[in-house]
Amino acid sequence: MMRRPKPIRSAGAFEYGMWLFTRISGLALLLFGAVSMGIAFSLGGRIQLDMTSMFRWMFFPNPNHVINSNIPDVTAGWSNAFWQIYSMLMILLASVHGFNGVRMILEDYVERPLLIAILRGLTALLLVGALIVAVYVILAS
Amino acid sequence: MAVSRRVSVRAGLRYRGKQGMLNWLLHRVTGLGIVLFVGTHVTVSFFGQQFGDDIAFAINGVYESWQFQIFVYFSVLFHALNGARLALMDLFPSLIRFQNEIVWLQWIVFLPVYIFPVVVMVSNAITGA
Repeated sequence: MMRRPKPIRSAGAFEYGMWLFTRISGLALLLFGAVSMGIAFSLGGRIQLDMTSMFRWMFFPNPNHVINSNIPDVTAGWSNAFWQIYSMLMILLASVHGFNGVRMILEDYVERPLLIAILRGLTALLLVGALIVAVYVILAS
Repeated sequence: MAVSRRVSVRAGLRYRGKQGMLNWLLHRVTGLGIVLFVGTHVTVSFFGQQFGDDIAFAINGVYESWQFQIFVYFSVLFHALNGARLALMDLFPSLIRFQNEIVWLQWIVFLPVYIFPVVVMVSNAITGA
């Protein structure tokens, strides 16, 4: 049985902004990963880090990600305010990028207006909750 | 004929979108995977850090195992490379003419960058290095 297709409306400024944000934050996260790798090498990571620790550090520069490597003292250069602010910027970009992606998928498959409104609210709530928990983890590690 | 949004899985597979369709599908699946894996990992690390919760350590143990990291690495690397390709093609729309070639190029970059670290991870796990 054929259903009437959803009418196509202009997406609006918000959707355009999120479209642009997704591209810019995605490229920025690649840059963040490259910069953490460069600094890790300059801190002595070439001989002190094994491959998987380096990957974990590139993905997210948290001291717990390199604690099982041969770094003698993580507090010297690997764990300070610079990396905390750096990780918070990364988690902000990544969470908004990720949860906006979840919202995009939901908008593609959910057509009932009330249900999609509830799911949008739930996604926003999850985003805020994830950010609070992540900032707590960053500051406590 | 108007396009219906209710398409069965079988009809969806019969669409034959080739490389573009496969990459679209993998981009969605890996993106959802990353949100799920990283969201769980961050939440569970919070409970482990704050309360020393045993269940939290058990879940993080699964997440950090080399078997699971093979999936995580696939998701992150594919999503990153495909996202970079999308951003590049949005920046230079005339590249759409060469989409299939660019997707092949993407796989040529992806496969060695994925396979060599996986070989190291597996051999380290087997030899216990």
